[in-house]
Amino acid sequence: MKRKRGSLALNAPYLLWCVIFILVPLAMVVYYAFRDRSGNWTLQNFAELVDTPEHLDNLVRVFGISLAYAGAATLICLLLAYPLAYYMAHTKPSTQRNLMMLITVPMWMNFLICTYSWISILGNEHGLLNTLLEQLGLHKLHILNTPGAIILGMVYNYLPFMILPIYSVLAKLEPSLVEAAQDLGATNAEVLRKVTLPLSLPGVAAGVTMVFVPSVSTFYISKKMGGNKTMLIGDWIESMFLQANNYQSGAALSLILMLLVVLSMMIMRRFSDSENGALVVS
Amino acid sequence: MEKDLIIALQNISVSFDGQPVLKDLHLSIRNQEFVTLLGPSGCGKTTTLRIIAGFLEPDAGEIFFDGQKINGLPPHKRQVNTIFQRYALFPHLNVWNNVAFGLKLLRIPKVTPAQAVELDELRVADPEKAAQLEARLAKNTRYLTWAEINQRVADMLHKVNLAGFEGRSVSSLSGGQQQRVAIARALAVQPRVLLLDEPLGALDLKLRKDMQVELKNIQQQLGITFIYVTHDQEEALSMSDTIVVMDAGEIQQIGTPKDIYDEPKNAFVADFIGESNILDGVMPDDYLVRFAGVSFACVDKGFAKNERVDVVIRPEDIDIVPPTDGCLRGVVTGVTFKGVHYEFIVDVQGFKWMIQSTDVQAVGDIIGISIKPEEIHIMKKSRYSELVGDYSCFSDEFEALSNPHDADGEEEEAEADE
Repeated sequence: MKRKRGSLALNAPYLLWCVIFILVPLAMVVYYAFRDRSGNWTLQNFAELVDTPEHLDNLVRVFGISLAYAGAATLICLLLAYPLAYYMAHTKPSTQRNLMMLITVPMWMNFLICTYSWISILGNEHGLLNTLLEQLGLHKLHILNTPGAIILGMVYNYLPFMILPIYSVLAKLEPSLVEAAQDLGATNAEVLRKVTLPLSLPGVAAGVTMVFVPSVSTFYISKKMGGNKTMLIGDWIESMFLQANNYQSGAALSLILMLLVVLSMMIMRRFSDSENGALVVS
Repeated sequence: MEKDLIIALQNISVSFDGQPVLKDLHLSIRNQEFVTLLGPSGCGKTTTLRIIAGFLEPDAGEIFFDGQKINGLPPHKRQVNTIFQRYALFPHLNVWNNVAFGLKLLRIPKVTPAQAVELDELRVADPEKAAQLEARLAKNTRYLTWAEINQRVADMLHKVNLAGFEGRSVSSLSGGQQQRVAIARALAVQPRVLLLDEPLGALDLKLRKDMQVELKNIQQQLGITFIYVTHDQEEALSMSDTIVVMDAGEIQQIGTPKDIYDEPKNAFVADFIGESNILDGVMPDDYLVRFAGVSFACVDKGFAKNERVDVVIRPEDIDIVPPTDGCLRGVVTGVTFKGVHYEFIVDVQGFKWMIQSTDVQAVGDIIGISIKPEEIHIMKKSRYSELVGDYSCFSDEFEALSNPHDADGEEEEAEADE
């Protein structure tokens, strides 16, 4: 009994935190999503997203683009992060520490400042990159205000969240497992495919979740780096709340997004559980 | 090179961060032999094993496998397999897939039934031509079929008494069962040599004894070479054909268990294998040795006149007699009941001896000590002479009573080393 009360006292701050900053806002989103402007319970907020073909079309397009961009950013992050994490986990400890610091340096700066920096680097007329290319007598690149710039922004901002979980799993991987595989006749490529990759899947799953979820709901990157041409779910929700002052529709959209995120996390969960032998890559 | 040698290490030297781990090591291992590398942690025995497996390249020296130099050959191309200290089973694979791991990667010569018959006939008629044909066939290889893999996995699991465990996840198995899976996995690919790195270290005493017998049986059944690394002298004595005693990166002695126990080459070996009273002595003449102020007849010869030597007398070889009958007289200062026998610490002129006997004595009793000539073993002086095994150098009663080779203590050391 005593221990239980003690642990409750210890947990109280976290519980309080969860209630104030997670449960209450969540409840407010649900509340607004199912209320109309005069305060009656309604499904109107969801219905009006799909009531005409144009509305439905718009909804599908925005969600489709958001998922596609976030998916692309996640994939690029994964392809960049895995080799780097692998290299980090196998290099000497001092290099590991230095690389770790380099990777986290961008996180020391405000994310808005990072995004603005990218704008001034990529700027189509007088950006740093294009000025340099011009000086070298090369073609100017048109990157800013394209879908590519949006994905670049996402990759840049969320790459550390992919590297770190993969690195931590790979660093903890028992070296004797790799040796055992070599011993049994596996070449380096076979060791990677049959042992290292499957055993690092929990890290990959964590990284994918931590990149995909913020990417799919981001609103600032697309606005600034995409030149306001592409609307993602995040932008839509933001405009509902801040410009249209339509909390009800904004909340309904948020709820749909949340469901999508929960769904994708459940899919990822299946992969991270695979260490218990559910998934065999052979 | 001898014909039935399977592995030969020549002039092997290794150092880590400037610290020599192996110093100019020479070791030859015969085919189908059960060889144990025995020594305290940090003696270089695991390093030797890793060099044979291919996980570690020596700084200098040559490794031969079946007469072929294999320096630089990666582990996956060597016909040796390893049982790792903590088994290193693949946690993401079930028992079947763990055992099948090597089989799925294995490539065997593509041989048609007709070629197989031809090969069999040639082997009898003309071994040289058979070897040529074999070499020609070996160029064309294939993977095992699923049925072949399944058959071999089933055979291996049956051999290690784990039939029916195919679908189990390895984390749900007990230590002993995991050990068996590791053995099945390594033996499934039919290696010529099996390397075992303290394979029983994590098991409890009872299970360890059972596995010792089982491993020895497997080795004899399959007729393959086992190279076994351990710091447990009892394990080494009971399982091996040949024991290689190592310390500080050097081989101290190579021999059969009986040789090693009865004829230790120096004080280190005498001290490490079993209990020993090691005394400072002088050989005035052949068959005569003087220690503890008394001259004894002995069976050793060939030392220089009045050469200083180490004298080894095993605690179980000493007879306790009435004080008037013994050649030496001492006072019992400690008694420990060991089950089968008592262990006494006996003070003889200030030297403390260890004596094992089934007779009951009490602390303070004065006893006589009698030693037969054939129980006295003479060794040349070595750098270990003053360092080890001398119960007489313990002035502290308590320390003398505590077993210097306490098995648990050594295991902890080994773990701390990793």
